[in-house]
Amino acid sequence: MTLRKYLVLAGVAVFAVTGDSLVSAGMKQTGRVALDRLPNIILVVFHPQIALGILFLLAFFACYIAALSWADLTYVLPTTSVSFILLTLVAKFILHENVSLTRWMGVVLISLGIGLVSQGPSLTPQPRRTPSGDCLAETASGRIEQ
Amino acid sequence: MTQLYAWGAVGTIVSTSTCGDVLLSRAMKQVGDVGELHRRSGWTMVLGRILRNPNFVLAILAMATAFYAMLFGLSWADVSLVVPASTSLTFVTNALAAKLFLHERVDHYRWLAAIFVAAGVFLLAL
Repeated sequence: MTLRKYLVLAGVAVFAVTGDSLVSAGMKQTGRVALDRLPNIILVVFHPQIALGILFLLAFFACYIAALSWADLTYVLPTTSVSFILLTLVAKFILHENVSLTRWMGVVLISLGIGLVSQGPSLTPQPRRTPSGDCLAETASGRIEQ
Repeated sequence: MTQLYAWGAVGTIVSTSTCGDVLLSRAMKQVGDVGELHRRSGWTMVLGRILRNPNFVLAILAMATAFYAMLFGLSWADVSLVVPASTSLTFVTNALAAKLFLHERVDHYRWLAAIFVAAGVFLLAL
């Protein structure tokens, strides 16, 4: 894993949190979307906060597909859940919100999950075939085994 | 009734975003490392290869459905219910789908990681 790849994973986490927060704030301002007024669900994307949120979600998406091009889905998803920890730390130390013991337990569980997944390789080695048709498997260290 | 709509939205978000993630992961593995591809052939080639991939197009459709289901859900229930419930469930369904459809090596560590993260996200919402 290079520094560039760690930055891409950090981008996934930060942009997702910012985008989700902006879309959520925008939806609270627009009010409930009724099923009998379906066109409203399309028009809400022009609300300034929702539009800005969508821009951040696009940045998240660019980082996300870049990460998926060199890492497993089951590696990328838990690793980028560091965003939930960031949100809790921002709530406690910047917004001075009261963070309950249950939420701190949640942060500990997420940290454990990230720690567990980051121990292993980021990509499942795919079997490769020789010209004669024999199947070769690449180990996590990059060594080729038959 | 509003609660029923909210949980219906959560179910739709979980199923469509899992489909989207699996299709997107398959598409990007077919495209290859975008960093290396960019160095070799430039951004135009990277974008062309991504946008021409059928799995990528299907993934976008599934993710757009998940996004609109999230908008519906957020208009009926609090963000503290919709986002954590759908996100935590998606971690587990993604691990299952990645093993079944992408043949990823989901060992004990990755299962535990998915369950810990899902449980942690759920606790944050309480």
